[in-house]
Amino acid sequence: MTLDRATRLMGRYLLLLFIACIFVFPIIFMIMSSFKPDLQLLQDTSSVRALLPVGDLSLDNYREAFDRAPIGLFIFNSVFITATTLLLSLFLASIAAFAFVFIDWRGKSVVLALVVATYILPFETVAVPLLLLVNNLPWLSAEGITWGWLNSYQVQIIPWIVRALEIFLFVQYFKDLPRDLVEAARVDGATWFQVYRRVVMPLSGPVIATVAILKFLEMYNNQFLWPIMVVQAEDYRPIMVGLQYFFQLNTAWGEIMAYLTIITVPVLIFYLVLQRAFIASIASTGVKG
Amino acid sequence: MANSLTRQNRAGWLMAGPAFALIVVFLILPFFMAVAFSFTNQRLVSPNPTEFVGTRNYERLFGIATLTLEAERDETGAVVMRDGAPVYPRLRGFTRDQERYPQYFRKREWFSFERAGNRRTYVLASDVVFLKAVRNTVLFVLVVAPVQAGLALGLAMLINRRIAGINVFRAIYFMPVVISMVVVAMLWRFIYDGNDGILNNLLGAMSFGAMPPVDWLGNPWTALPAIMAMSIWQGVGFHMIIWLSGLQTIPASLYEAAEIEGASRWQTFRYVTWPGLRNTAILIMIIITMQAFTLYPQIAVMTQGGPLDSTQSVVFQMVERGYGKQDIAGGSTISVFLFLFVLSISLLQGWLTRQRP
Repeated sequence: MTLDRATRLMGRYLLLLFIACIFVFPIIFMIMSSFKPDLQLLQDTSSVRALLPVGDLSLDNYREAFDRAPIGLFIFNSVFITATTLLLSLFLASIAAFAFVFIDWRGKSVVLALVVATYILPFETVAVPLLLLVNNLPWLSAEGITWGWLNSYQVQIIPWIVRALEIFLFVQYFKDLPRDLVEAARVDGATWFQVYRRVVMPLSGPVIATVAILKFLEMYNNQFLWPIMVVQAEDYRPIMVGLQYFFQLNTAWGEIMAYLTIITVPVLIFYLVLQRAFIASIASTGVKG
Repeated sequence: MANSLTRQNRAGWLMAGPAFALIVVFLILPFFMAVAFSFTNQRLVSPNPTEFVGTRNYERLFGIATLTLEAERDETGAVVMRDGAPVYPRLRGFTRDQERYPQYFRKREWFSFERAGNRRTYVLASDVVFLKAVRNTVLFVLVVAPVQAGLALGLAMLINRRIAGINVFRAIYFMPVVISMVVVAMLWRFIYDGNDGILNNLLGAMSFGAMPPVDWLGNPWTALPAIMAMSIWQGVGFHMIIWLSGLQTIPASLYEAAEIEGASRWQTFRYVTWPGLRNTAILIMIIITMQAFTLYPQIAVMTQGGPLDSTQSVVFQMVERGYGKQDIAGGSTISVFLFLFVLSISLLQGWLTRQRP
């Protein structure tokens, strides 16, 4: 009986381990290959050496990748776009949710219904007309008013700031906060903005983390289609689109692996450190309906 | 009182207004623009004014006609054969002749099939590539949605146990989700490579060299399945987590009761687990379906729609047109079509959830 249970537990662990290999091997392979010269990299693919840091290891691939493309600039662009969008999103989505949950104002139900309706509107369905729209929008710059947002940071930031999901997550969270706190602060003469800043937001750590992680993944990882459409100039290109420099290189796999490692490892470290928060944020997208 | 109400109105609009304005300008307005443009000849930049063109854009995408031809016969009335197959009149005679055959004009052969009595039916389409893109996308959704949801449920049940180290496995299974699909697609290009790819090496080693190498992305029969497999690898952890949170809402007392009753594993799943997952199941199918319909980065990075249009997708075609050819009207028409698809899925969700007793 105990032996039988031990065998079953063993079998379970073997299965878990086997599946883990399927998920983790390609990632290990990517990182290991980035340190190997192309010839060795190709030879290693036929054995387990592909997953091991063996042979002639160097940073040459990294040096060559940096020579081929302005990677530093791309990293800066992506980080700047992601950070700006993230901060604006946290502020605007939370303050809107605050108004939806705690304040009674005329038109609230209509506005909320419209916001919720956009949840089923994937960005892809508006990308093409949006291209025409942003091509005709004004912008105030040092040279006065200019027209057209193509090739800029704002074209990659402003359309992405607010999504229905973020407002929705804040609304769900605020609804569970004790209303007495808000009412007590109002009786004490606090303005709505003070209630938002001093009472509600300090209690909202978990939902802020959730929205921040989802937004980070959306902006850093998934900005590809839109920048391809609106950014031709290298100066504003984000890191995922920068990968196009390596598309045609079917032979220089070492360089490609180095670039992939550069853009992925920071996210992986981030994930491994904040693992619980990442998983909780994905789980929270499922608590609807 | 009235004063406080106005103040509430003002506070509400001030706080929700900016977010609402952004949603209106960058989501709702472009959506209506897409609908409007789909009936015009709007281009990104054009010297000519925009004109209303009716449903022309839709006809150009979805125009389909069938044409049945009799095999050619020689003077004796016998069917002319070449290479063992009957010879049919050339399609050009029909598709280039606007005067006599306006319904076939500028259409191209999509596919054809043999009929009895030496006849052959040709299905002609205005835009064969787009219809292939629709077919591929639907195929992608039909395969990826159930397979990915099923595998994710399996993984969720596997790690929904309190045994030592289970958190490590959960973290590993979820890892590809935090990696960009663009990176994943580039990495898998190497794995699928026809000459040096790891997959070929692995299969070759496992079959002791009996399995010949396959150019997974270069073969029209394997390219789309290869992209499907990779997409499932990347996304399955996401849905595993959603299943897991569904599983954890099922009270442990139900499982205890099932055990006391002597229920088999399958019975426990069928009568305890599955009914508790109903809402999660619907939600997961919706999320996967929406994600699968917007298939793009995989195509852009791995195949550019090829080989032989076997991996064209609706969004890829939309970008080709709206951005590549700067044909805003054509791209908008595809957007409207995509939206109607997604909407019908959401309506289906509403209907399925209402079915609950």
